[in-house]
Amino acid sequence: MIRWILRRLLQAAATLVVVVLLLFVLMRLAPGDPLARLVGDRDLAPGEIELLRERYGVGRPVLVQLRSFLAGAARGDLGVSIEHYPDRVTSLLASRLPATLLLGGVVLLLNFTLGIWLGVRQAVRRGSRFDRWTGRLALTAYAMPGFWLGLVLVAFVSLRWQLLPAAQMTDPVLPPDADLGTRLVDLLRHLALPALTLSLTSIALTMRHQRAAMLSVFRLDYVTAARARGLPESQVRWGHAWRNTLVPMLTLLGLWLPILVSGSVFVESVFNWPGLGSLAAQAIASRDYPVLLGTAMLVSGAVVLAGLLADLGYALVDPRVRPS
Amino acid sequence: MIGSLRDLLRRSWRHSSGRWGVLALTLLILVAAFGPLALPDPAAIPDAVAGATPPSASHPMGTDQLNRDLLSRVVNGARISLSVAALAVLLSLTLGTLVGLVAGYAGGWVDAILMRGVDAALAIPRLFVLLLLLVVWERIPLGALIIVLGTTGWFATSRLVRGEVLRLRHEPFVLASEALGAPGWRTMTRHLLPNAAGPLLVAATLGVGDVILLEAGLSFLGLGVQPPTPSWGGMVLEARPLIVTAPWAALFPGAAIVATVLAVNLLGDALQAALDPRSA
Amino acid sequence: MSELLEVQDLRIRFPAPGGGSSVPVDGVSLRLARGETLALVGESGSGKSLTALALLRLVPPPGKIDPSSRIVLEGLNLLELQGEAMRAVRGGRIGLVFQDAMTSLNPVISIGEQVRETVVAHRSLRGKDARERAVALLDEVGIPGARARYRSFPHELSGGLRQRALIAIALAGEPDVLIADEPTTALDVTVQAQILELLDALRTSRGMAVLLISHDLGLEAGRADRVAVMYAGQIVEEASTSRLFRSPSHPYTRALFGSIPRLESAVDRLVPIAGAVPLPDAWPPACRFHPRCPEVLPRCSVETPPVVPLAPGESSRCWLLVKGAR
Repeated sequence: MIRWILRRLLQAAATLVVVVLLLFVLMRLAPGDPLARLVGDRDLAPGEIELLRERYGVGRPVLVQLRSFLAGAARGDLGVSIEHYPDRVTSLLASRLPATLLLGGVVLLLNFTLGIWLGVRQAVRRGSRFDRWTGRLALTAYAMPGFWLGLVLVAFVSLRWQLLPAAQMTDPVLPPDADLGTRLVDLLRHLALPALTLSLTSIALTMRHQRAAMLSVFRLDYVTAARARGLPESQVRWGHAWRNTLVPMLTLLGLWLPILVSGSVFVESVFNWPGLGSLAAQAIASRDYPVLLGTAMLVSGAVVLAGLLADLGYALVDPRVRPS
Repeated sequence: MIGSLRDLLRRSWRHSSGRWGVLALTLLILVAAFGPLALPDPAAIPDAVAGATPPSASHPMGTDQLNRDLLSRVVNGARISLSVAALAVLLSLTLGTLVGLVAGYAGGWVDAILMRGVDAALAIPRLFVLLLLLVVWERIPLGALIIVLGTTGWFATSRLVRGEVLRLRHEPFVLASEALGAPGWRTMTRHLLPNAAGPLLVAATLGVGDVILLEAGLSFLGLGVQPPTPSWGGMVLEARPLIVTAPWAALFPGAAIVATVLAVNLLGDALQAALDPRSA
Repeated sequence: MSELLEVQDLRIRFPAPGGGSSVPVDGVSLRLARGETLALVGESGSGKSLTALALLRLVPPPGKIDPSSRIVLEGLNLLELQGEAMRAVRGGRIGLVFQDAMTSLNPVISIGEQVRETVVAHRSLRGKDARERAVALLDEVGIPGARARYRSFPHELSGGLRQRALIAIALAGEPDVLIADEPTTALDVTVQAQILELLDALRTSRGMAVLLISHDLGLEAGRADRVAVMYAGQIVEEASTSRLFRSPSHPYTRALFGSIPRLESAVDRLVPIAGAVPLPDAWPPACRFHPRCPEVLPRCSVETPPVVPLAPGESSRCWLLVKGAR
């Protein structure tokens, strides 16, 4: 068992190395000089430009660049931001990570609880009006760009009807001595619209996966057998049928991360939510390449990690997978 | 291959969602192709001072912030978005099929290296790959955008094709082809490829929807189709400051995206159901 | 012996794709008394497994039990029960041991848990008591080291142990009737006899009635008190085991034994019968066996043969037994 875990860890590490290599190649492929814009926008002393060139390894031979890039990545040093010079990329990422984790966590929770319940219901009532119409609604929501839905919600719910705040994570005019309850409510009110936007545009994915997995299981012998034992229908449905869909659903969990991350770039910037997504959006606007690269690396690492956790999850959930 | 594809299309027509998807998509394509001929010039600015005006008889979708007719902008945007998506997906399909065929057929270390690379590439969210490639450009030419979109979307396709190849690799008809002395590429194209046609078509259709959303997002961030070429995402970006005073300027382009992606996905679903009825 | 289960004229209908319907179970009548074993024998496609499912009202949709059917368990009309009441019967009064233990056991739940949850569903036991009861049941069916095996998963067990686990689950609700659908088909010959011995012992020790379903006149049939032979959705012959094996009265039964009337003992190898088993959507007219019958009369293809009573509890569906039919 331990050996299997170690093997998976090594595989993940290998993938990460290839990811870093790929990112390096991307960086070199992108035409133009990331520093040129900086020089144009700011007044920099000639010495500073040289220093920055050194830092970013522009102009040095490829292999040297690669080596310093890899070494930096291994150390956890992702360079210095151009826009927020001299802030380090890692500290910027660290400061923005909690907000994205919060938003992402809430969205994941919403999507999985609601998505699973709806998907199971669709499968059990296959072909019914409920099945067809929830499917169509979810598909319509899936077709909506996150930035557009976000804008529409802000325009109507926040600005026109004044029901929920339009931007940011907390109310800037909240008194410093406000109690925990008020702070929590304030946070939730700010969280509501961005979380809703991200959830609606992606719930179709969860529903589909769950529905398909449930359909493949529902007619199997052991489900009929469970019913023949006189178990209550809800136990047959969830304890026996659904329990066997956990493996494909875990796979979905691994797929979810890239979608969540990409969606949050748009949603966070529309709602001014201070997370990694809006950081990336700002980095785009200011052409802050190191920050963008650093975010890409962090996110890719998270995806690889999620895949690894999903694999471990399979072993936990399905006794047939466990190496004996 | 053509025969089985035709059969697939016919079977997906039976689904009501497939029918709607095909109809809507056909309508959209027709409008995109011929609409601009019947509509006013999207760049025409009748009265700059008037700014955005609400929908009316002369402007069914109203006008945008520069008083340009929104309907013609949306329709022209359709041309751009649909062609960009179609071309990009075509490129992805070709690349993915090539790599998948080679990896699956050759096997061994070629397969191992290719798939390790694909795994790593799949770990980086596609949006970020696009951002890293596009952000340094001053002005992104449309052709470059299409190429960039196309070269970043073939990874999943390659896995799909590789899967099909592996599945059929040792089937008698493949071995027979090889025994008869057919060169590798011939076996691949004549025998292995047709079997993957169905799943490929489904993946391509759904891929078009993904690319439309991606392109819209990139345009919204300023990294996609560059103004003044109309693109739906770009229109939403420009309409953002007016979202409360002139919501139609952002609503219509967005609705166009939703309608198109929905139509494409419905079609993709119907194709999928026709391929594998058990999942319907 | 009291009448425990009575099935009258059971009919199951399935809508056919082009309209109309197929009737895979067409007028089956059975009687089961407490403490006795009835063997229901039929080839694949005869409708025997569907009959078993029907007793629990688990006919897979779109199949439906015809309202003219009657299933009565000790005075209780099973076809009139609703929801919770029927659920209590399933496992609580009638237990079903499925054919393939590998696919009828949930692969991700331990066998002990599957027994325990059935105990909880039917007995008012909870927690530790339920667990103890589950261990006792696993022990009762002859699983060695029951306590340790509680945590085993189906794929970790041999075929014989899996089948025993299935039986334990079926017993967990303390049913009066146990239906075993081909309990030994997937097992090795040596294990087959053990399982049948087990079922026999359980029947005596618990005072149950056992309906043993099988596809040939082999081991199962030999151990039963009575045998009912099923063909094309109908019971074609019903008799005590000794009489059936001594002198089968229906041509199909005789063909199953693979010889002419007058048998000494059961054979374990079948001689193939000419032709193929008909499909439910195309039952032959009149006597359903007539296309394959080696003793067919002209009448057989025109008039449906009646059920001819031969002795108390014994009957046969054949023109050959009607005086003057030839």
